[in-house]
Amino acid sequence: MNDVAIIGAGQSTFVRFYPGSVRELAFEGFSDALGHAGISAADIDASVVCSAPEYDLQRSPAGVFAEYLGLNPGPTFYVETLCSSGSTGLKLAYSLVKSGLHDVVAVVGFQKMSEISSAETQERMGRGADIQWESPFGTMMPAYYAMYARAHMQAYGTKPEDLAAIRVKASTYGQLNDRAVYRKAVTAEMFTDKENMMRASVASPLRVGDCCANADGSSCIIVASAEKAKSLCDKPVWIRGIGSASAPVNLAGRDLFNGLSAARQAGAQAYKMAGVGPKEIDVAEVHDCFTIAEMMAYEDLGFAGPGEGRDLINGKETYLDGSIPVNVDGGLLSKGHPIGATGGSQIRTIVLQLRGEAGEIQVPDAAVGLVHNIGGVGLYGNVTILAR
Amino acid sequence: MGKKEKDERFRKFGTVSFTGTTRVNDFIDHLEQGKVSGTRCESCGKAFFPPRADCCTCRSSKMKWFDVQGTGKLITYSTLAFGPKGFEGDLPYTIALVDYGDFKVFGRIAGGIKDSELSIGMALAARANPLADGRVNYVFHKD
Repeated sequence: MNDVAIIGAGQSTFVRFYPGSVRELAFEGFSDALGHAGISAADIDASVVCSAPEYDLQRSPAGVFAEYLGLNPGPTFYVETLCSSGSTGLKLAYSLVKSGLHDVVAVVGFQKMSEISSAETQERMGRGADIQWESPFGTMMPAYYAMYARAHMQAYGTKPEDLAAIRVKASTYGQLNDRAVYRKAVTAEMFTDKENMMRASVASPLRVGDCCANADGSSCIIVASAEKAKSLCDKPVWIRGIGSASAPVNLAGRDLFNGLSAARQAGAQAYKMAGVGPKEIDVAEVHDCFTIAEMMAYEDLGFAGPGEGRDLINGKETYLDGSIPVNVDGGLLSKGHPIGATGGSQIRTIVLQLRGEAGEIQVPDAAVGLVHNIGGVGLYGNVTILAR
Repeated sequence: MGKKEKDERFRKFGTVSFTGTTRVNDFIDHLEQGKVSGTRCESCGKAFFPPRADCCTCRSSKMKWFDVQGTGKLITYSTLAFGPKGFEGDLPYTIALVDYGDFKVFGRIAGGIKDSELSIGMALAARANPLADGRVNYVFHKD
């Protein structure tokens, strides 16, 4: 059997401003993963580097990192699918190992967003959509997701307070995560207090509290063949399902506005490949760049029926002791969202859960976990199912 | 030898254009003539908005321009309180998606229309809209 395992996972602390260069930032996540796996750089025979370009000036970072991380002369590959780059990197690593081309592959994700201003960041992110036909109108990621939020509200009667409840959950766990950028408490009252920043509009109907923060960070996942996993690792986590899909970049090319078609398709592929359904998932990480994104993920992944995501959050079913714990590491809303590092951080959380190493946020006896990682405004969707 | 002049008409599109040239540059001329236009594949008849130079279904590049006429229905919208670099002077503004049936149109709501006047499903019409400094885009008006 040519199974593929994850034998180690690491990440840097996610911060507003990392006081070092991108190669040094990458080293932090990489070193954490090697320590977790109990291996050295010499055990790795190929690497995949994941980020979205133009936040820093280094072109072709994979080659630069291979030297800095001690991975020469092994081959290295650069992948990019915006915010889902990390899980796309995992899929490439899975393919490299599954095919027998390589035995141990490091997937290194990074982003240093603090080298440019926030308005410049919004412009870069906006250019992850349709630059020819949409960007000239002044689009940005919060506004695109806000359009989905508006459509979801129209279709199902979802309320701004339902979205706020997702942020309140995120902060419940973000306060426990010492690698998160935002660790303060967020309460529902903050969204009704006129003086509170959380309530301020960003792009209606989304407010400051509905949006994740930019961050600098890195992550690393070590992928290995079954044979290597058995010799190097006591607690391998197996990649059981790995689905991915794309959607038209211009909203004018789409038909669905209260969910993400790429997420639905990727989820269906991953469930089929793993031979499980949403009820078999013990713990999940979903791409909550905005609260509405988590709400749609509940429904796109089948944790809730269409329009029933609000019941799931309001019934606290996605809390640690609920029926389907989601983002109990605080999610992107708390951790921050260093684009290329995000997918790896999500995968790491599920790996720790399945190894029983998640500490205060451990879901008892978690055996099957899911990672939902979205690039752009649902331009790319990756869903990965892991099992111990 | 003189340099061959580049056709960069598309640089005039919107507040900030991120594309210099396209094989559908005539779109800009049409906007300047007061028309919002899409393309239709001469081979399969499929209508495209935004206009495309090539049909991915039949791989034909024979396209005919058509005018976006009448009204469509508002699918969704958002009003921005913050803008990306280069758009600060436009704030606040509303972006929207309008369904014309055969195609959809992504654009901006005309300045002066308040959020309180918008409702999903309402009829809106896309019209060419001259901007400062010879630039041009299109915006949605209440009909």
